Amino acid sequence: MMQPTHGSRRILRPVRDWFIWLTLLLAVFLDLIPLGRLPGFPDWVALTLTFWCIRESFKVGMGTAFVLGIVMDVSSGSVMGQHSLAYVLLAFTASGLSRRFLQFPLMQQALQILPLLLATQVVMLITRMSVGSEFPGVEYFLDSFTAALLWYPLTYLLLLPQYQPVEKDENRPI
Amino acid sequence: MSVVGHQPPPFFHRGPAPLARLMFFVALSLLLLVLDLRFHTLEWARQGVALVTYPLQRLASLPLEGHERWNEYLSSLATLEKENVALRRQQLVTANLLLRQEHLELENQRLRALLDMKLRQPVNSQVAEILYSARDPFSRRVILDKGAQQSIAPGQVVIDEMGVIGQVTRVFPLLSEVTLITDKDQAVPVQIVRNGLRAVLFGAGAGNLELRFLAANADVQTGDELVTSGLDDVYLPGLPVAKVTRVDRDTTYAFARILCEPIPGVERHGQVLVLGRREALPPAPPEAESKDRPGKGRRGGK
Repeated sequence: MMQPTHGSRRILRPVRDWFIWLTLLLAVFLDLIPLGRLPGFPDWVALTLTFWCIRESFKVGMGTAFVLGIVMDVSSGSVMGQHSLAYVLLAFTASGLSRRFLQFPLMQQALQILPLLLATQVVMLITRMSVGSEFPGVEYFLDSFTAALLWYPLTYLLLLPQYQPVEKDENRPI
Repeated sequence: MSVVGHQPPPFFHRGPAPLARLMFFVALSLLLLVLDLRFHTLEWARQGVALVTYPLQRLASLPLEGHERWNEYLSSLATLEKENVALRRQQLVTANLLLRQEHLELENQRLRALLDMKLRQPVNSQVAEILYSARDPFSRRVILDKGAQQSIAPGQVVIDEMGVIGQVTRVFPLLSEVTLITDKDQAVPVQIVRNGLRAVLFGAGAGNLELRFLAANADVQTGDELVTSGLDDVYLPGLPVAKVTRVDRDTTYAFARILCEPIPGVERHGQVLVLGRREALPPAPPEAESKDRPGKGRRGGK
């Protein structure tokens, strides 16, 4: 059976380091767009971080998660350590389960990403509620559902550079 | 005594075990949380990171700003004309008050001098614009387009044409963060216009406000208007803040449960006025006290 281009068993080119950093930077940028409290706007940093933790668990891990968390803490005006704690736990779980995740087709991967992202939000919720902030409402958890829906297109986009053949050979038979 | 062959080959090096790393980073995060929440000693780090991310932040807010400008540009002539007429009318109505204001202020000053009371300090103010509301879903804050460079300082009061919106709580070099009065546990000292009863107004979550620690038989009615009392030397007295919407007098509790709704401008975007800091003067040194300003430098002029 022919493998579809986005299948996880296709042999890919090695990822370039600068591409990982670029996508993470882009995720931070997307999170900085001041949409206020638009419900359902996904946490792009968490999503991209999960992706790279699963795909490249030796390159992106808890250290990256911590630094990104600090950046998000400052730029979203929340308490220092809130995002970093949640992201570190997310990175740990995602890297630990990366072998397991990659066995599944993309739709089922998305289903398993959802509880991970929800747990990240719950960690942030517990952190803030324990120091007496207000409950943001149930629609706060909508973010994770949108993010899980984005897993499929995101995987395709982020793996796109690795699909390119090493050298273009016009005379190659296949 | 390192001998060749005793170390594993470099491609097996993966650093400490994941669980150890997790513990390290979790401990570090918890330390940051405690430092920030309990001791408030991380503002310098926040300033540093904010300075680095500032260009990215501005860049990210460009598309929305552009969209807003475009909408403004496309708003039809009719709306503008209507708005213009309404503004003119309003100006005429307020002109009467404004013209007398100066006269009244002078009179007030003279009377205060006559009664030997502490003179009110004139307060300068700055116009700023609300850029966007902060992304943090657990608090109610907005970001203003002026910061430490425009000499905004933490603690300054932010008002709009309807009344008090909030207070500047964090200042970055070019931006500042305003905590709205509806933020949970943000306190404003107020008094009721009708009878002058003083109280403290707290944010109660979900955009509501609550008057706390008033006895169950306190003279509060639905519809009472609340203005700042100015007792804290931060807020100027007499700025409208909220209106009482519900009073629950349950005799099982010592205090009445009084819910209020903020002035309509709180959750809106637009231009605001950042009032200058109304600081309590430091106590005058003994040798200066006898010179020219008796009574000044002591609190409690009211």
